[in-house]
Amino acid sequence: MLDALLSLLPLVGTIILIVVLLLLAVAYLTLVERKVIAAMQLRVGPNVVGWFGLLQPFADGLKLLHKETIIPTRANPLIFLVAPLITFGLSLSAWAVIPFSPGWVIANINVGVLYLFAISSLGVYGIIIAGWASNSKYAFLGALRSAAQMVSYEVSIGLVIIAVLLSAGSMNLTSIVESQKGLWYVIPHLPMAVIFIISALAETNRAPFDLPEAEAELVSGYNVEYSSMTFALFFLGEYANMILMSTMGTILFLGGWLPPLDMAPFTLIPGVVWFFLKVSFLLFIFLWVRATFPRYRYDQLMHLGWKVFLPFSLAWVMITASVVVMLGVIKA
Amino acid sequence: MKITSHPFFKVFKTFFLVDLISGMYLTLRYMFKKKVTLMYPYEKGSLSVRFRGEHALRRYPNGEERCIACKLCEAVCPAQAITIEAEEREDGSRRTTRYDIDMTKCIYCGLCEEACPVDAIVEGPNFEFSTETREELYYDKDKLLSNGDRWEVEIAERLEREALGR
Repeated sequence: MLDALLSLLPLVGTIILIVVLLLLAVAYLTLVERKVIAAMQLRVGPNVVGWFGLLQPFADGLKLLHKETIIPTRANPLIFLVAPLITFGLSLSAWAVIPFSPGWVIANINVGVLYLFAISSLGVYGIIIAGWASNSKYAFLGALRSAAQMVSYEVSIGLVIIAVLLSAGSMNLTSIVESQKGLWYVIPHLPMAVIFIISALAETNRAPFDLPEAEAELVSGYNVEYSSMTFALFFLGEYANMILMSTMGTILFLGGWLPPLDMAPFTLIPGVVWFFLKVSFLLFIFLWVRATFPRYRYDQLMHLGWKVFLPFSLAWVMITASVVVMLGVIKA
Repeated sequence: MKITSHPFFKVFKTFFLVDLISGMYLTLRYMFKKKVTLMYPYEKGSLSVRFRGEHALRRYPNGEERCIACKLCEAVCPAQAITIEAEEREDGSRRTTRYDIDMTKCIYCGLCEEACPVDAIVEGPNFEFSTETREELYYDKDKLLSNGDRWEVEIAERLEREALGR
């Protein structure tokens, strides 16, 4: 019994390491976001706490944590407190199947993509429970919008993923990356990559699809009633999901840890660095888009999801399937 | 018919996200432009010579206060923030015994300054006079005169430059 527990220690260590690094990444993503958007608006952004504002995320975090956790009298306290835990827990658990480099993965399961997709779909529960348990109009409307939006865009993300699966012939994330040696899927599947990025924006409720928070209309969406730690969990979960979506994009389209060219100067750099650079690039697109575009109208959002992305990605899946069969990659 | 208004061109633009990409290119260029941020407490912007900040009561170079208690400022003040009481001084000149400005009422319109026949009440260049209590913003004559003493150099220079512009 003890031996079995001891043999789990390295695994637990890895999990803790990944969680800590992920939380650090989230903390600095908030800083980078403020810096990038500031730069695009000709401002300098936070620069007072630490050099270049490097300690700003910790100052923000500490301030948030020593606030009072308010539970509205009309809310259901148990469900109210469970909702942020669900969101946060799910955003962490998805990282179990992410391969950072050859062999650097906690669980190399053969349905990795399916697992990722399932976890990101479950994320809706945290949000809709939060909105429902708050017993407040704004939170409820925000949660409804959020749920409808996430469900709609998951459909097209699913089809995009299917197109990639067909070309890779596997649902294992490691073999999906391996199959991109020589040609990243972003090139043959460019339209799908674009749809994936746009859907990822909608899926993570980021601008220009940040209708659930639409601060001008809904105060702040499903998390209006949350404060202190409970709010922090939502916030961390949301940003962790952003990083997760960028990671998915990296693995599905940008060839994971593979260098851009299989040649000497590129192959000398370790795969993790390439992985990190690609994820950072996709995250930069998230921030870049937020600094550029105004918010979508709700009916336009639904129109885009169901009447443009869905038929287009469906057609693309059929084309991919036909090409794959014609080339004889998979026997029909 | 211009090519840009052709229906095919519009479809092309929508499909290849031309407008979105050109918008993103714009923000990307802005990212590398010179920043316009002013590090406020350490750096300050320039003020117009007509800037209307904190009030001050001025003195003549010989130290005699300028105000002659004509009460024109009190009369013209649209917010009725000024209260003046006057009495004859021992040497027979007419002076104020009380000159209060309620800075919480003042709307910084500058009409008191316009009305004053002897350039006694002025609104100086100082705008950093926030306080922690409301009471500290009920300025009396002593406070206004000490403001005048403190800012006289700047006030005189600005009055002169402003007169050139008239």
